[in-house]
Order: sequence, then C-alpha cells, then structure tokens
Amino acid sequence: MNNLLKLEQGQARLVADDPWVLVRDEVPEGAALILPLASYAPGHGVWLGPDDEVELLQPWLATLPLIALDFPSFRDGRAYSQAYLLRTRMGWRGELRAIGDVLRDQLSHMRQCGFDAFAVRADKSAEDALKGLAGMSVQYGRSVIEPRPLFRRR
Amino acid sequence: MYQYDAYDRALVFERVAQFRDQVERFIAGDLSEEEFLPLRLQNGLYLQKHAYMLRVAIPYGTLSAEQMRTLASIARDYDRGYGHFTTRQNLQFNWIELHQVPDILERLAQVDMHAIQTSGNCVRNITTEAFAGVAADELLDPRPLAEILRQWSTINPEFLFLPRKFKIAICSAREDRAAIMMHDIGLYLYRDDQGEMLLRVMVGGGLGRTPILGLQIREGLPWRHLLSYVEAVLRVYNRHGRRDNKYKARIKILVKALGIDAFSQEVEEEWQYLRDGPAQLTDAEYARVASAFVPPAYASLSDTSLAYGTELADNPGFARWVSRNVMPHKVAGYASVVLSTKPGISAPPGDVSAPQMEAVAEWAERFGFGEIRIAHEQNIVLPDVPKEHLHAVWRLACEHGLGAANIGLLTDIIACPGGDFCALANAKSIPIAQAIQQRFDNLDYLHDLGDISLNISGCINACGHHHIGNIGILGVDKNGSEWYQITLGGAQGKHSSLGKVIGPSFSAAEIPDVIERVISTFVRYRESEERFVDTVQRIGLEPFKEQVYAEQPA
Ligand code: HEM
Ligand code: SF4
Repeated sequence: MNNLLKLEQGQARLVADDPWVLVRDEVPEGAALILPLASYAPGHGVWLGPDDEVELLQPWLATLPLIALDFPSFRDGRAYSQAYLLRTRMGWRGELRAIGDVLRDQLSHMRQCGFDAFAVRADKSAEDALKGLAGMSVQYGRSVIEPRPLFRRR
Repeated sequence: MYQYDAYDRALVFERVAQFRDQVERFIAGDLSEEEFLPLRLQNGLYLQKHAYMLRVAIPYGTLSAEQMRTLASIARDYDRGYGHFTTRQNLQFNWIELHQVPDILERLAQVDMHAIQTSGNCVRNITTEAFAGVAADELLDPRPLAEILRQWSTINPEFLFLPRKFKIAICSAREDRAAIMMHDIGLYLYRDDQGEMLLRVMVGGGLGRTPILGLQIREGLPWRHLLSYVEAVLRVYNRHGRRDNKYKARIKILVKALGIDAFSQEVEEEWQYLRDGPAQLTDAEYARVASAFVPPAYASLSDTSLAYGTELADNPGFARWVSRNVMPHKVAGYASVVLSTKPGISAPPGDVSAPQMEAVAEWAERFGFGEIRIAHEQNIVLPDVPKEHLHAVWRLACEHGLGAANIGLLTDIIACPGGDFCALANAKSIPIAQAIQQRFDNLDYLHDLGDISLNISGCINACGHHHIGNIGILGVDKNGSEWYQITLGGAQGKHSSLGKVIGPSFSAAEIPDVIERVISTFVRYRESEERFVDTVQRIGLEPFKEQVYAEQPA
C-alpha cells in the first residue's frame, strides 16, 4: 500500500492497487520502480529531490511514465516550484506524484501547483488527508491549475 | 480604504474555518507540534515566553474606526486590555489562549481583517508609509499596488514554504518613510515624463544578524509587470535560497552569494517566461482597486485658520506639539496628526489600551473621515484633520495619554518586546526604553536636541531596527547576564545607513548615563541647528567614544 490519493478528471480517490515501488537507495529489482534521478533507467518512473534541476528531465519527458517530487520535509517548498516548472514550462502531462513528508494540510497547495497524485506519509491516514485536497474556494493569485489570477476572473 | 467584496470575505472566513479545524486537531493530538507550527505561524500565532501571541495584519497600516474598535474589543475580551503596534504595521496581542484564537480570527473577519501570513516563511504583510495618500511630498498613492500585492501574495500556493520570511514594502514620496531599503523587496513607485507609472525594484535588504541595505535590480519597470516580476524573484529565491541554515536563508544571503548581477540575470531570465502572460496587471484591476482609495470629500478650507493661529500663539505646549506631531497635508487647511505611543514611564513604546483605541476611533470619525494609520515607528496617525480642530485633538490626546510632543525626538523610541515577552531575547528592551525616557524628561531640552532616532532590540534579530537608529541599542548576553551594545550613525530613509558599534557593552544600569554622555558630546560639537546624525557623520565616532569611555569622576 502506497497510501496514495489520485486526482482523475478532477475527482480524488484512494488508490489501493498502485503498482509503483519507490526506490530510495537500495539497488532496484522488478518492474514499476520510481528511481532516483542518479540511477534512472528507461521504462521506470523517476523521482527528484529538491536539489535536482527539473530541466534535466527534458529529454525523457516523451517516454517517462511517471515523475515524483520529494518533500524531505513538508516545510521545504522547492517541489512546488519544480511542479510549476514541469507543468507550465516543460509541458509534463503525465502523473506528477508528491512523495515524502506529504500531509493533509499542504495537499491543496500541491494540487494547485499541479500534483495529481499524493503518496501520503505512511503513518497518516490517506482517507483523512483527502479532506485537505480541496482547500479554499478563493484563490487570489494564479497557479498551475488556474493560470488566471483572480483579477481576470472577478 | 479598500472595501472587501464577496471573494475577499469568503477567503477570510474560509481561512478561519480551516484554522479552527487545525487548532482542534492539534488540541486532540492529531497534529504534532512540528506539523502545527507553520500552520499557526501562517495564521499569525507565535508562542512567546508566557503565552501565545497573535499578530494581526494591518495592511499598509490603514485601519477604519470600526476595525480599531474591534481591536479594542479583542484586547478587552481576550487579552489584558491592550495591544502592541509593531514596526511592520501590525498589531500584537500578547496574552492569548490557543483555544480562543479561532473566535478572535472570526471577529476580525467580520470587519474584513485577518492575521494571515503575519508570520512564517512566506510573503508577509505588505507595508508602506503611514502618510500614503495624504503626504504633501507624495508622488503617487502606493496603496492600490500594495493592496494588489497583498491579494496576490495571500495563500499563493507556490510560495508558502520559502526558505525564510519575505517582506515587501512600497513607497512613493520624496522621503522614504517605509524603509524600503530594509526589505527583501523594496519598491519605489514614480512616474516618467510621459506619465507612465514605473517601479524601481530593490532586493536583498534586511536587518537581523546580517544587516544589509537592498540593491537595485530593476529600474523603470512598468507597473503592469509588478506581479510577474515579484513572481520571478520569488521563484528564483524559492528554488535557490539556502535552507540548511536559518540564519543564512534570507534572500539577502542569496543575492550576496550570487552577486547582484548574476542574481538579476536569473530573475530577468525567469521573468521572460512570465512577462506578458496572465499575471500582467490590467487597467481594469488597477481602476477597481484604486477606486477604493479616492480622496475623501475634503472641504475647501483656507490654509490658515484664525482660531488655530491664535491657539498657536497663546499656547506654547500646543505649539510645541504642532511642531513635532503635525505633518503637512496635500490638501489646504488639513494636516495629519501623529499620536505618540511613547509617553514614557506610563506605557511601553507601541502599547495602546482598549479605551485609547476606542478614543482614537472616535476622533477619527469626529475630526476626519473615519480612517486611521499605523506608522512603522509604532505611532498612530489621524491622516485628515482640519487645522481648526488640531487644538481639540491635542487636548483630547493629552487627556488620553497619547499627546506626547515627541515625534522624531530622542524619546520617540522604537523598541522590540524584548526579554519581558520574547523567548529569543538576550536582554530586556522596555525597561531600557523607559529608563532613557525618564532621564530625558525635559521637553524643552528634547526639542532643542531635534531629530534623534533611538532604537532598541533585545537580540540580534533586530526587531527594534537598532542598526538604523541614529542611536542603536542591542541586547547581548555575557555569561548569562544582560548587556547592551551601542551603535551610532544609523539612519533610515533615502540616506539609509547602518550604525557602527562604539565599543564594549554596558549594563542596564549604565545606559541612561551612557546616552547622556553621547548627547552631551553631540551638544558640544553640534554646529547651529545640525541634526544628531549629521554631527556623527561629520565628526566620526571618536569624540563620542572618548566621552563615553572616559574615566568618570567617582
Ligand atoms: C516575541 C515576538 C517576536 C519574535 C519571536 C520575533 C522573531 C524575529 C526573528 C527571529 C527575526 C529575525 C529574522 C531574520 O532575520 O531571519 C525578527 C526580525 C524582525 N522582527 Fe521580530 N519577533 C518578534 C516580535 C517583533 C515585534 C514586536 C516587531 C515590531 C515591533 C518585530 C519586527 C521585526 C522586524 C522589523 C524584523 C527585522 C526584519 C528584517 O531583518 O528585515 N518583531 N523577528
Ligand atoms: S529583537 Fe530579539 S528580543 Fe527583540 S523581539 Fe526580536 S527576537 Fe525578540
């Protein structure tokens, strides 16, 4: 169980049969691995830490099945900007998964920045975290999923 | 002032509901202390030495009379009957119970106020000068753009977990009264020959452990690009700012590490992707927001009033107050009044009681247009008072302990909460401020001394801006006891500079004598009406050091 929430056509659901295996440091075996950038192999997913430059993924975007961005701590906000760049500037349309210190109270920010899958921290209830996904009804600024600031919608 | 619409109101109420739920989950143990911490900080809630402290935003320092009454009611119902105005145009309540915070926030939301992002590693309250819209030397009213920035930065999802806090100030007058060089981003708004509104952008200013004045990265930025440009700066900072050491995490350290040229090149590159996109501001949005800041219905008054002139001539106490606390106004016959929150021993700098807040609200309605400002020097401003009413305002202010005629004088001390409240303090600030105020209680003498700013911080975090005080006092720890280091020559405004340390530190008991010796040195070397800071710049620190550290006769 990856404790995974996924957005599909705007609907959030708990995913019980997620096939992906997150590989943090041990040598990988098997299929459907999410590999660190340094040991990336074709056919697998990849995850980036906050120090990794997202621009490095450009050549692989056409074939990558999945990209995950790591929150080593929920207080490290770099993955929000990485997600913005992947979605808005680099045109990534595939799954963008938040991994690491992924908690209910930040899920709506992640969603706004373009994440569509959320591997909630293992000791937390994904069902409970679901409540954090919607966030607030008003957003002043712009985001990946609403590129027009409120002043263009008001 | 800006009027909330349905969107603005929905946002603050939803935010209250969200935080209410978070507080409940924290109290129930579902959220750990660590998980709760940034959530409460981003709702203005600190844990101090003795209790929780709630910091309420007063965006760009503007308050209505009704909002001021609400602050008074909160002070009375949830605190110990007073609040504390800060140097960043916020109000702090010092004695707050956690479980009551959602109710307090709800009461604020009812009058279009909030505490969102007054703390935490995010974009903080946008500040400007207290005389925006009324100052005689103003070029443009900076408040519409300040409000636009406030909205844009509020719960902007990408920038809520920056490496460190991020402060933005904007000003547009000949004098910089918003300390824009001391901010992470400082914006200076002006018009070019064609009448186009442009911005000069400064980055990387800040006080704290590593005081640095901001450096210019952009001149002549058309106002429409304000949001996209700030977004570019924030994205570069969010990606590349240091996160390994909280003392090196402000943008100033990144700017210094890269150099201003490399940093601005990064920003320009990022900005190229954004500049003509949907973040570009529209005339319609500017007009919508600016319409809330149209000047009130000023009466056409003569600039001279017989009654006022007579009072000035007859009453030296009033005249003295006018000379310090009354500021020139754009509109003939009007003035802005500064109510001093620095009465001396009776209250710490910035503290205002509930009855005082209510009185101020009443004066704002009776003599003005119901509007109140908070100055970053922690004083309260009534922006629009007809000159003929100045005498009445002065009488009332004196009755309510807000009439000290000391704006810009040595006793108009800026002090942080210090060791009485703050868990980070090395030393107390408030008793030092009061001891100095007590020593210099002769108003005639103070007026003769003229402009002198004195700033006190209880530790290197510099909440009291000691680096930019003409006289700065910094609390330091020496083997567990409280000592104070003195700096001279700091200044704010267009000629900002950082003060220099004069030598070894002093005990609390020595400080009034030390300040007295500094002042007597100034008096000895002063040429005609020279300002203190100019004398320091002209003669240097040596004469002061000699005097301060000279063997004193027993
Ligand atoms: C007990 C409550 C407070 C705590 C715990 C606190 C904490 C801090 C800390 C840690 C810093 C340094 C941040 C940095 O440079 O990275 C700081 C800076 C500052 N604080 Fe406070 N503070 C408190 C109250 C206040 C008050 C009451 C004021 C206003 C009167 C204030 C205004 C400021 C300002 C203006 C700075 C300097 C910002 C800069 O470096 O640009 N703070 N504070
Ligand atoms: S300067 Fe230090 S002592 Fe004063 S309020 Fe800030 S952190 Fe506390």
